[in-house]
Amino acid sequence: MTPNLTYVIVIGVLVAAGVTLLLERSLTRVLMGVILLGNGANLLLLTGGRAGAPPIVGSSSQEEMSDPLPQAMILTAIVITLGMTAFLLALAYRSWHLNGHDEVQDDVEDRRIMDLAERDEVPDDDVDGDDDDDNEETGADRTLAGTVDSGRAG
Amino acid sequence: MLALVAVHALAAVIAPGLVRLWGRNALYLVALPPAAALIWALSHTSGVRGGEPVVETVPWVPQLGLELALRMGTVSWLMVALVGGVGALVLAYSARYFRTDDAGLGRFAAVFVAFAGAMLGLVVSDDLLLLYVFWELTTVFSYLLIGYDPVKRAGRRAAMKALLVTTLGGLAMLAGFVMLGQHAGSYRWSEVAENLPSGGYLAVAVVLVLLGALSKSAIFPFSFWLPGAMAAPTPVSAYLHAAAMVKAGVFLVALMGPAVADVAPWRPVLLATGLITMFLGGWAALRQVDLKLLLAYGTVSQLGLLMVILGGGTRDAALAGVAMVLAHALFKATLFLTVGVVDHATGTRDLRELSGLGRRSPALAGVAGLAAASMAGLPPMAGFVAKEAALEALLHGGTADLVVLAGVVFGSVLTVAYTLRFLWGAFADKPGIEATEVRPVSWSLLAPAAVLALAGVTVGVLAPAVDRLLAPYADLYPSAETGYHLALWHGFTPALGLSVLAVAGGVGLFQLMRRERVRATLRLPFDGADVYRKSIGLVDRLAVELTGATQRGSLPFYLGVILVVLVLLPGGTLVAGSPWPQRFHLWDTPLQGVAAAVVVVAAVMAARALRRLTAMILVGVAGYGIALLFILHGAPDLALTQFLVETVTIVMFVLVLRRLPAKFSERPIRSSRRGRVALGVAVGAITAGMAYVAAGARQAVPISVGFPDEAVSYGGGKNVVNVTLVDIRAWDTMGEIAVLVVAATGVASLIFRHARDLDRRSDIPGGGRAESPRPRWLTTGATARAQSVILQVITRLLFHAIMLFAIYLLFSGHNAPGGGFTAGLVAGLALAVRYLAGGRTELNGAAPVDAGMVLGAGLFVAVGTGLAALLLGGEFLQSALLDFHLPVLGHVHFVTSAFFDVGVFLIVVGLVLDILRSLGAEMDRQHETEDNEVREKELV
Repeated sequence: MTPNLTYVIVIGVLVAAGVTLLLERSLTRVLMGVILLGNGANLLLLTGGRAGAPPIVGSSSQEEMSDPLPQAMILTAIVITLGMTAFLLALAYRSWHLNGHDEVQDDVEDRRIMDLAERDEVPDDDVDGDDDDDNEETGADRTLAGTVDSGRAG
Repeated sequence: MLALVAVHALAAVIAPGLVRLWGRNALYLVALPPAAALIWALSHTSGVRGGEPVVETVPWVPQLGLELALRMGTVSWLMVALVGGVGALVLAYSARYFRTDDAGLGRFAAVFVAFAGAMLGLVVSDDLLLLYVFWELTTVFSYLLIGYDPVKRAGRRAAMKALLVTTLGGLAMLAGFVMLGQHAGSYRWSEVAENLPSGGYLAVAVVLVLLGALSKSAIFPFSFWLPGAMAAPTPVSAYLHAAAMVKAGVFLVALMGPAVADVAPWRPVLLATGLITMFLGGWAALRQVDLKLLLAYGTVSQLGLLMVILGGGTRDAALAGVAMVLAHALFKATLFLTVGVVDHATGTRDLRELSGLGRRSPALAGVAGLAAASMAGLPPMAGFVAKEAALEALLHGGTADLVVLAGVVFGSVLTVAYTLRFLWGAFADKPGIEATEVRPVSWSLLAPAAVLALAGVTVGVLAPAVDRLLAPYADLYPSAETGYHLALWHGFTPALGLSVLAVAGGVGLFQLMRRERVRATLRLPFDGADVYRKSIGLVDRLAVELTGATQRGSLPFYLGVILVVLVLLPGGTLVAGSPWPQRFHLWDTPLQGVAAAVVVVAAVMAARALRRLTAMILVGVAGYGIALLFILHGAPDLALTQFLVETVTIVMFVLVLRRLPAKFSERPIRSSRRGRVALGVAVGAITAGMAYVAAGARQAVPISVGFPDEAVSYGGGKNVVNVTLVDIRAWDTMGEIAVLVVAATGVASLIFRHARDLDRRSDIPGGGRAESPRPRWLTTGATARAQSVILQVITRLLFHAIMLFAIYLLFSGHNAPGGGFTAGLVAGLALAVRYLAGGRTELNGAAPVDAGMVLGAGLFVAVGTGLAALLLGGEFLQSALLDFHLPVLGHVHFVTSAFFDVGVFLIVVGLVLDILRSLGAEMDRQHETEDNEVREKELV
């Protein structure tokens, strides 16, 4: 089988345009990128099988038929892209509804960690900390039995 | 043995239910499995005494040589008896210690008995890997018990500390086990011991195993986790940190000692770390004012002593060691339990506040006194017998042993001193402190402690009998030289003298400490706790730096990294060394070139568009162009689906874009945009290159060559693509329709914002009827306001025709272009047209069902088809051909996979309906509400 140059070019352009849009921050643009990229990927699958007559038994001989397997794969992929498009659209709408825009924001929690890293600090949690004196580590007993007073070491 | 472990597991499962049913009294019932373990061990006493281990092997995965190998020798027998007996008594104690309304009591009971089961499994494991599993299980359960009260910060921290330290040690131990097991070709210790490696390999393995044992038994430098673990409730401390878990390390040393005692690092490591631990623990115990902490440090000290004795590696030392294990478990558990009683009766454990308790609760003081006497090594207690044996064993060794002997004697002095401090602190009358108020102590709370204390006396009195039970273990050591026997009275021996010396020294030291209030701290330059704290801090810092450097939280950044890697690695490979196909063809037909040109132009313009609508239309044009390419390729099903999907997509976009601003928000800085384009072009070029190479590299015959024949003979259809979807690759399709259901649900949950709205969503059919009480054909509803009447009438006329067409596509799809996907899309478009013409009233009139119902029905039909095939003896989703005659229709040819296709159809319809309801109708409603609110505000 020899490569079909037309397909190769279309795949290249679709992927290039798709990736460019995908790297944007506007969700609508990202979505357009996903659709273009999806079309490119579908076409890439299609190059895996030969072209020919429709794969319907009886309408043409088996030697002339196009390869049915990539077609079956692409068909479900197309419908899934529809579901994905709907989901991303809903996401874009909700983002717009809540924030007044549909841009993908940076993760706030990640920002916080990056700030910590810049200040050379550690998160405040249980493991680390001031457990060098034994005082804190006792006296946790008896909470079950409800006695308030617990002994403290000195 | 396995059955015993299983009974514990079962008890753990049902314990919370029992506690809910009977409150704290259920703990008595939960105590039965450990009690059974004790009885079982006792019933095997005669066999074990005769040196006959109980062996049980259950094949597990014979092909891999995996089996559950259990073996109960003398040490294991002793441990089973202790784990079961002390466990049962502590549970009985807990039944009175906790209040019945303690919220966490059910969980406590479950975890406690699970822990007992794990400990039991640990001590009877012969297979080292099995032992490791139980070992880690005890760690996990002890974590849960220490962190019993999740609100307490100290408890959480202590639990985490214990978990980290013991798990780390456990991992080292596992490595040691693997080294030993790989060499021996078996993981059963009874076989590994006969087949040990030699030299440095063995030394490394032994050190690794010791790391596990030392960390588990809180030996220096790992001792710091044990006092922290006192955050657990007192029964937990009594069991885990006196009798059971910390004994796991001691048990391991005892188990392996006979085989490896002469390996170079074994003795020095155990003796050195044991002595240090003994001193540090004993000294720290003398400085505590919390009775429980005093005991905890005492435990640390005693564990050190146990390691020293068992590490001695001679027959007599081993005998003394196991006797000490027994004695220590009995007296330390008793003392912890009495501290719990003191706490219960007075509300404090601080020895500065307690006074006069001995006079007011003589029974309690008596029980504690018995145990304390054993701890101090006074006759006729078990502790005395064991200590005598230890001193005697060390007396007969060389110079090194004498040094150790001196250490042990000094350790005993410390022990006697902190024992006195404990008794004095808990029970003495203290001048200047008013007598503590004492609540009455119920006998049922005190009884378990009393039983344990009396057991300590019994063991001491019956020392010769105990000697006969434990001697088979000691005889495992090769150097069976002197043949010492446990007894209360050996005559006036040097060992007795040393005992007297230790007691006298201890009394003196206690008096000294009391008077002078010696506050000197004994600190080593190197402390495990510091190392722990520093490494935890380091890990935290590393995590922050690493996370900060890699997890930027920016989606374009992540995508960029992935794509750059794609360009560099696979792209680089492609450029560097691919055999580029020499032959290619420009196109199959020139028309492809035309379609391609449309797609290319539309895609490039779409990427540059500034307005949402423009971009949307251009993307749609590109999609239609692709559909054209599909036709030219010879893929009518694909083309049909692509056309329909593009159309539905445009409808969706229009629905949403009417709410969003016309233009995209401000484009980012030009330079970063150029970077994006460059990356996009690079990825596009790489992908194109891959497509070129891949298409030309094909050599094997495609798997699909046989599809047409199979489609007709097995699938019963002529449309190969459709048969592939519903039969040959039906599993794929099943997965994909599931994804569609998920996507539809996601869309709905994003748009319907509140649970209340979701409820309303299921009411929609009813709501629709409420708005137009009697659906009348061709007459518009009264609520339709802005829509064109003519359009509505036409769509109503067309609707049924389109639906019929969809049904036709569905059933003809098996033999001609069509099928569930396309039919579903056509039906969905019919609904979309109704919605566009008449708004949500029309939509509800056209489809008076909930979208979720349609989706669910579709999934039900699809899965049901598959299961039906399974029930009829076929494979999941296997299809069958049915040929039969019907009176009117004549010959009917039917394929069961058509049902599957109906499921697909329903799901696609459901998806589109869901989209229309969410992105269309619900959005309308939300905006109408908002508009109304705005209007009302303006009016006000």
